[in-house]
Order: sequence, then structure tokens, then C-alpha cells
Amino acid sequence: MSLTNERIQQRLTEKFGDVLTGFEEPFGLLTFTAQKDYNLKVMQFLFDDEELRFRFLTDITAVHYPDRKNEELAVVYHLHNFQDNIRLRMKVFVPVASPKVFTATKLFESANWMERETYDFFGIEFVGHPNLIRVLNVDEMTYFPMRKEFPLEDSSRIDKDDEMFGRGGTF
Amino acid sequence: MLDQKQHVKLPEGSLEKDTTTLNLGPTHPATHGVFQNILEIDGERIVSAVPTVGYIHRAFEKIAERRPYYQITPLTDRLNYCSAPINNMGWLMTVEKLLGIETPKRVDYLRVIIMELARIADHLICSSVMGVDTGALTGFVYVMTYRELIYEIYEEICGSRLTTNIGRIGGFERNFTPAAFAKIQRFLDEYPAVLKEFETLLTRNRIFMERTQGIGGISAERAMSYGFTGPNLRAAGVDYDLRVANPYCSYEDFDFSIPVGTTGDCYDRFQVRNAEMWESISIIRQAMEKLKGLPDDVYHADVPAYYLPDKKDVYTKMEALIYHFKIVMGEADILPGEVYNAVEGANGELGFYLISDGGRSPYRLHFRRPCFIYYQAYPELIQGAMLSDAIIVMSSLNLIAGELDA
Repeated sequence: MSLTNERIQQRLTEKFGDVLTGFEEPFGLLTFTAQKDYNLKVMQFLFDDEELRFRFLTDITAVHYPDRKNEELAVVYHLHNFQDNIRLRMKVFVPVASPKVFTATKLFESANWMERETYDFFGIEFVGHPNLIRVLNVDEMTYFPMRKEFPLEDSSRIDKDDEMFGRGGTF
Repeated sequence: MLDQKQHVKLPEGSLEKDTTTLNLGPTHPATHGVFQNILEIDGERIVSAVPTVGYIHRAFEKIAERRPYYQITPLTDRLNYCSAPINNMGWLMTVEKLLGIETPKRVDYLRVIIMELARIADHLICSSVMGVDTGALTGFVYVMTYRELIYEIYEEICGSRLTTNIGRIGGFERNFTPAAFAKIQRFLDEYPAVLKEFETLLTRNRIFMERTQGIGGISAERAMSYGFTGPNLRAAGVDYDLRVANPYCSYEDFDFSIPVGTTGDCYDRFQVRNAEMWESISIIRQAMEKLKGLPDDVYHADVPAYYLPDKKDVYTKMEALIYHFKIVMGEADILPGEVYNAVEGANGELGFYLISDGGRSPYRLHFRRPCFIYYQAYPELIQGAMLSDAIIVMSSLNLIAGELDA
């Protein structure tokens, strides 16, 4: 019998109870939120369980929500079960003051660079990661550029006198 | 001059150790892109490798957070620039999924034709460059004629060749011209013979086989752990192809098979790519057949709020003018939502994770770039191999620097 979203949700709630909240299915993809200390436990369970078998890590990324107090950063995992061909999305919210979650590198080799990238752009600290350094940006960088406090330059600004690119001055 | 004292400062311990440190890249011509690897070699055997990436990082995810949706398509071109149309279509389908746009069958089939042509162009580069790296330049030069023909087909459809920006939300910007169909037909007529000849050059070539068999192999289990997708995963023996697993763009209407390998080495990857090109040719043929039964003037979905109207309507009709203005100014109504959509890119699962808060540009857009993820396995693949094998393993993985660094 093929695995369904309801069955996954049922198995997860049996095992973890109210650690997992916010179950929903946007565009048919089962999405839920895990408490921040449980991200690895949930993934381990999803990996090991003979029925769930989520053994392929599709993606790790993060999202910055500056308005949510004490849960400004969301780490988003996409997992995939190849046998039943079903995916799920797990989110873990962490405060921007101490953005710590456990690393998934012990479960998936592919998590290594994905976590480095997430650290590089959002400053998420993956506790236990073997080599948590920047991967795409330069090592000397002191900030995390994908956070929302670094907006891109407003394209309509006129205070900049730039003759070459035709901005400011008199047109 | 000789008595002048040389002040060469070596890193500590470099005279005592038994291995040599070698910098492969970042601009070595054999790496086909900007990749740096710091290799520790013992004679000619590779002991370890540390890859450095990010040389052409252009912050597309950040730029996308300020751009209206239709202006993000050109950013996706520059990910995997060997098969830009697949990226374009993947992005457009992500937006269409978010907006709930259903495209007509004819649009789907036209997209399938373009995506499969792009897949052929991409595999063609990868397979022929493997030949170059083993010393056979002829095949590469020969098949380039047909990549050129594919680029001419793109040009006929959208006006550009490499970074195509092909298609719009809801369909294509204009219908395929008869000249475009004629060129596709010419490609279908001529290319199979060329591919066959290309295969006879390399597939059973003793030198090529010796250089690639058993080199850079990976087991299915390790490949999955490393997040391999696409031809590299299939070469390791896992029959995972998004076109079949999660059919999009009416791929379910087509009849094709997924070639798989067994050992996941360079030779298997080469074979899988070649076999996939044959499947792609067959898919394009089927699509051309299916197009015959459909009205030939449909090339976009009927979604006036997102699809730019005809210029003559803009000048004569009020509604068209309003929509035109709203779309160009990036004020089209985008629903809030969160969507992950993936397509089978030429080198793996190309995913788009899009969060919209209803604003004019995405709240967050993340690209799941297949080669960024599987390049991590490179040190493991080349450990214990010869230096010259490292080059072949790299080209057989089909790494595209633009996609890797985003």
C-alpha cells in the first residue's frame, strides 16, 4: 500500500505528539513544524522507520521572518521517499539571537554543503557539523547576506551621482 | 645572480611531508568552468581533495527578492547555461503552479520539444567533452554542428541562443514559426545518424573504455546519500526520473524508458547520457506527431492577468492596456503561498522553492541546484585515482559552474 500524507501525519503524531505542529498540505506537500531541539530526532525517525523510509534529502534552506519574535529564522528541510515517491517538508523555527539546530550530516552526506550554504547566507549554526564554514561567499565576510535586514539597493533612488549609469544628476 | 638569497616562504611542514600539494584550477582549461581543487598527491595518486566553490556566485536568490516574477526568468537562464530552456520552463511552471494556471496541451507539447532539445544539447556537451578529456577531439567538433542547430531552433523561437529567456508565464511569447518546425524536423532527420556515428567513435573504443571504466564509480546507496539526481544517479542504478516519478508538462502522454547503469562510473554515466539522447529524440518525434492533431494557433494559456497581451490589443483595447501596464510594472496579483516544484534538469533534479507573501516579488526563492549538491562527492570519487582521472570524473559529472555557484 502506498504511503499517504494522512498516514505519515498519523505515524509522526503517534511518535512525537505535540512536538510537531502546524500540519498542512500546501499544493499536496505535507508540511509541518518541529520544535527546534527535535529536528534531528524527527529526521532520524523518518529515515529509520520501515514504513516511512524518507531516505533522500532533497534540500535544506532557510527563510528569514524578521517580524516573528523569537522565531525569526526558519530552517526548511525537504525530504523524499523514493520507494513510495512521496515528499514532505519540515520547518524548524529558531530565534535569530541563537540560531542553533542539530546537523543532519550524520544521516545524509549531502547535508554537508547544504548546511554550509544555509550557514553562509543566514547564519544558522548547525551543531555538530564537521566543517561549518562559508561555501559560496568569501571567508572574510562578517554578515549573513540573505537576511532581510540587508535589502537590495532601491532602484529608484536619485541621491547617487553616477554619470556612467545615468542615475541622479539631471536627465 | 645565483648567490642572491631566495626568500621563498613555504607553509609549515611542507618539506617534511611525503605528499605534494597541487592546485587544480580555478582557471585550468581542463576543469571546464571555475572550479578549484587543492589536491594532495602521492606521485600521481590522489590522496585527498578539497574543492573550493563560489567563484562566480552572483546572489540570484537575493536579486530575485526584488524582481517581479517575469523578470526572474532571465536569472534562471544563467544557472545551467548549457540547457537554459529547462531552467526557464521549471521556473515558469513553478509560478504557474502557485497561480493555479492550467496550460493547454499544445503549450505542454511545445515545451516538451524545447526541453528535450535542451537536454540533448546539454548531454551532447557533456559526452563529447568526456571524449576531449580522454584525447578525442574529433567527436566534440563534429557534434557541435548539431548543438549549433539546436541553438538556431531556440533563436527561431525566442531570438536568443545561450541565455534564452524562452517562454512566459502561461505559455510562449509567440507561436513557433514554420521555419522553427522545419529546423526541428531537420534536426530529427539528421541528428540520429550523427549520434550513431559519435557513439561508434567512443562507445567501444578501447582507449576510451580503459580511461573511463571503473573510474569515479559510486554505489547506489552512496549516490543517494550524496544527493545525486539525474543521469549520475541513474548511472549508479537507481531508476529515478522526475519525468516519470512526478510527471509535469504532460510527460505522462509520452512513451519512453529510463536508461540506468550499474556501477556508476564514468563509462556508465556516458552511456546513460547517450541512451537518454535517443529517448529524447523519440520524445520529440512523438510530440511532433501529437501536435498535428491540435489547433495550431494556441501557444499560451488564457490568463490575461499574467500573460502579456498582443501589442495591437494594447493600443486598441482598454482591458489589454490595463493588464499590460500591471504586468510590466510588476503589479500583477500574485497569491500568497508556498510551493516546491522540481523538473528533471539535464543534470538532475532542479527544484524551485518559492514563498510568496502576495507582494510583487517572491518573499524567498531558493534554487535546488543539482550539481551544487552532488559536487560534494567529488573528493570521494577521485580518492586513490590518478591525476588524469580526476579530470574525466569532473567532466563526467556534468558540473556547470553557473548552476553550482548560483
